[in-house]
Amino acid sequence: MRIALDRFRVFVRMYPLLMVGVSLLLLVALFGLVGSRFVDSELARPGSTPVGESPTREYIFGTDSLARDQFAVMVHGIPQTLRVGFMAAGIGMAVGIMFGFVGGYYGGVLDNLLKGAADILITIPALMILVVVAITLTGPVSVTLQALVIGSISWMWPTRTIRAQVLTMRERAYVSVAQLSGANPFEIIFLEILPNLLPYLAASFVTVVAIALLTTIGMDALGLGPQNQVTLGNNIYWALFYSAPLRGLWWWWAPPIVALGIVFLGLYLMSVGLDKIANPRLRRTG
Amino acid sequence: MRTDFILKRVGVFFIILWGAATFNFFLPRLADINPIEERMSQLASRGAVSTGNTEMMIKNYEKRFGLDKPLIVQYGRYLWNTARFDFGFSIAFFPTKVKDIIAQALPWTVILLTMVTAINFTIGVALGAIVAWPRAPAFTKALLPPFMGLSAIPFYLIGISLIWLFAFTWGILPISGGYSIGGGPEWSLSFIWDAVRHAILPALAIVLGGIGLWALGMRGMMITTLGEDYMLLAEAKGLKGPRLFVWYGMRTSILPQVTALALSLGHLVSGAILVEVVFSYPGIGGMLLQAIRNFDFTLLYGIVYLTILGIAIATFLLDLLYPRLDPRISYVRG
Repeated sequence: MRIALDRFRVFVRMYPLLMVGVSLLLLVALFGLVGSRFVDSELARPGSTPVGESPTREYIFGTDSLARDQFAVMVHGIPQTLRVGFMAAGIGMAVGIMFGFVGGYYGGVLDNLLKGAADILITIPALMILVVVAITLTGPVSVTLQALVIGSISWMWPTRTIRAQVLTMRERAYVSVAQLSGANPFEIIFLEILPNLLPYLAASFVTVVAIALLTTIGMDALGLGPQNQVTLGNNIYWALFYSAPLRGLWWWWAPPIVALGIVFLGLYLMSVGLDKIANPRLRRTG
Repeated sequence: MRTDFILKRVGVFFIILWGAATFNFFLPRLADINPIEERMSQLASRGAVSTGNTEMMIKNYEKRFGLDKPLIVQYGRYLWNTARFDFGFSIAFFPTKVKDIIAQALPWTVILLTMVTAINFTIGVALGAIVAWPRAPAFTKALLPPFMGLSAIPFYLIGISLIWLFAFTWGILPISGGYSIGGGPEWSLSFIWDAVRHAILPALAIVLGGIGLWALGMRGMMITTLGEDYMLLAEAKGLKGPRLFVWYGMRTSILPQVTALALSLGHLVSGAILVEVVFSYPGIGGMLLQAIRNFDFTLLYGIVYLTILGIAIATFLLDLLYPRLDPRISYVRG
């Protein structure tokens, strides 16, 4: 226990940015997760409170023009939005790891195809593709469906970084040793190469979470997100729809922006911190 | 440059466009929806059209839009039309052509984003270079972290805060739109001044969020450059600080930034869609929101195709220019 604590302290001192980033993200996530246990989700439904009241003791974040308790909207919206980001990033990473390893390790025509597809798709903003998909799929979109769709076009970034790393790892001596001792490609990829790439995987996961969050909030803010579930993005959509910034309803538009600001800042600091672990050369310059 | 390299890039360029057009064509058909029926039932639900006539109107529209032909003919015609930038009629603003709506919106977006990109590039590169310079005044170093923090936050969220601050609290700048209601677009001095005032807030949102990224890239390059031997030699020769800074330091470090600039030009159209939405700017972003609200499928597909075209052109030009900008890069495989 003692040793673990000391190690943790050393780690915090070595990677302060990473730790600050993680704390910021946890702060927002816990606010949502803990809060949603105690606040009734019924209060986040339209018509459950008075309309457009500034914060009071009963409604500490005020109420909006849809007659919703903004505190309830925030605590129930935060987990939903983060869930889309992390689920989509999880899917993107899984596909990216598969494509990156297969392409990088085996090479050949398949590698060329995967690399070509990733290079082309990475230039096209995901939002553009999703706008077309979302408007074409009529019917209510759920948070899970949104995560699946965003995840299915989030694999390009991890594919590229992982493939590049696998290309250099493949030539290392320890891989040759493993090959000579009769390990099959499956074992080499998952038991030999993958553990060495963990910092890279973590760094690219954080990047993908940020991109996925940007995309889901963008879709929600355009009014293309889930209509029956509260998210931070569709809270912004309704705030804009009812011109909240112009009517002085600061308690409506400001909390989602502050929460998202903290989340993005946290992710940014995490990715800077993880970069330092993945590329030790950066450590000197600070 | 080898011809097969150029041919390959040209090939990729057309594959992107073909892919975008094909995606636009088949997606609604896979989802088994008929844009026109969709639109009609929407109108009918608002009581704009009586339900009895819709059947006939749908037939009429389908003929006009060529939807009664076999799929392969429709596809061929669609590709041919798309290649000529003919995206058909807007569904919501029939009989206006999508092409004309886009042509009206495009200048707003392009002018706004060109200005903003120029400002971002200039300030960001200068700031990044200064921060890396050891003899720079201390206050410049304090500027970097706030801009870096802002760069992590999406432009349009910064935009909402700006609306509140400048338009609601202080009331010194117009809230939304590209020009005042009543004064239509015209080439007069007062209108241009009006348009500039309307552009300040959206531009500021993108500048605040964008400078950090440019500064960060430049700072990294500048630090590497300052460690080069020729900097030491130049300093040993007794060259003055400003000359060292501009001609030895910045000149060599700016190259990757120029590349990034070229790449960001590809995102001129798509870069600030949500900022435009927040400010109801009359550019491509504002049009996109309208298209979404009106279920105007043809307009939406036109806009998406156009943004992808912009990106494809920029990537293509960049690939061709890269070897010329930086002689160290050659695409010949060793």
